[in-house]
Amino acid sequence: MNPWAQRVRQGDRRALARVLTWVENDTPEGQAALHDLFTATGRAHIVGVTGPPGAGKSTLVAALARHLRERGHARVGILAVDPSSPYTGGALLGDRVRMPPELARDPGVFFRSMASRGATGGLARATERAVQVLDAAGYDPIFVETVGAGQAEVAIMRLAHTVIVVQAPGLGDDIQAIKAGILEIAHILVVNKADRPDAARTRRLLEDMLRLGPGPDPDWTPPVLLTVATTGQGIPEVAAALEAHRAHLRASRAWQQRDAARLQATLEEALRAALWQRWRARVPQDTYNAVLRALQRREISPAEAVQRLLQAAPPDG
Amino acid sequence: MTPRRKIRVLIAKPGLDGHDRGAKIVARALRDAGMEVIYTGLRQTPDMIAEAALQEDVDVVGLSILSGAHMTLVPQVLEALRARGLDDVWVVVGGIIPPQDVPKLLDMGVYKVYGPGAPTAQIAADIQAAVWGTAQPEESPA
Repeated sequence: MNPWAQRVRQGDRRALARVLTWVENDTPEGQAALHDLFTATGRAHIVGVTGPPGAGKSTLVAALARHLRERGHARVGILAVDPSSPYTGGALLGDRVRMPPELARDPGVFFRSMASRGATGGLARATERAVQVLDAAGYDPIFVETVGAGQAEVAIMRLAHTVIVVQAPGLGDDIQAIKAGILEIAHILVVNKADRPDAARTRRLLEDMLRLGPGPDPDWTPPVLLTVATTGQGIPEVAAALEAHRAHLRASRAWQQRDAARLQATLEEALRAALWQRWRARVPQDTYNAVLRALQRREISPAEAVQRLLQAAPPDG
Repeated sequence: MTPRRKIRVLIAKPGLDGHDRGAKIVARALRDAGMEVIYTGLRQTPDMIAEAALQEDVDVVGLSILSGAHMTLVPQVLEALRARGLDDVWVVVGGIIPPQDVPKLLDMGVYKVYGPGAPTAQIAADIQAAVWGTAQPEESPA
């Protein structure tokens, strides 16, 4: 077994942090470690947390992690994704600010900030692999906090077993929530900052919407829960809903089906990338440039350009 | 494809002073220099800072200290980092540091000390020189 993979499996947090960096940078060391870690994945409950900026996603995740640790969960993992600047590639990762000192010191919690590094869809390209590393290291559940909602739907839906959508009263909740398609991806809806006056109204609105259209799973009615994450109010109820959804997925075989579908998508994506790279390496640069320029001069159509390139370097050649 | 790997920096404020404007300005400037900056907020203990540096696998820890307690706090942070095997992390200190304390901090193992007027471009350049230029922290975690 790869020595780094072994150290990760043995609970070495330093090794875990380093392997996460390698996996994030897609280095050969990271691939080698993940190669050996992958067989130990598939156990963790992956929980996506999404919602508009300011709804309190980070605070809610911190409160949930703390609650689960108090309830005896051995290891809780958190991945928090924030956007990279499209201009400089830099990122300001501020989700740790919401971590209370008890959590920051807790050896049973591993928190990692990730920059989106140009990926759209609310996650980074390496988020799925980072989840696999934490899974193999025994972290369960693993919370994945996305870049603010609106565009995050597809990626987190594919990755997570359970999606929590966090709203806050007065955050443009009326039409925004519906427009963003948020109800279509939520297994659990949380109205955070429920000590604010409009909380009950926001909850009713969400419940009315749920009655009009089903959520992502016809056999599961998403609960709408009120929390004040800063004080811990409502957190046990969210934890109970998470557990109920996990039990539902296990009982209905949806857990395996989701897992199977995700891994198929992962395979096809990796295959596309590998085939592209291999094909691209076989096309003479001059040929590629000539066809590209012909397209850019609008002498040929994109489809024709593809035909010419495939003739010049047949993919099965 | 980036020719050089991303630099990850932790910006932390140890101690009790509640003023983080300088820390935020530096965090922003390093972000604009293409780095991934993890900001941890106010009132961090040395153990919390070292633990965050471990989990985030940062190349650099930047400490902002305005309280005057740097001669106490900096050795504590360095010790907490060493206790976790993070000897290869570069530590920079910014804040109000009397000139006579600067060589003492450098002797302890601090890489650079910056006063309130330090140009952020210089801080970014120093960090890039350290991480990309000389030592390779990626090779030798304990």
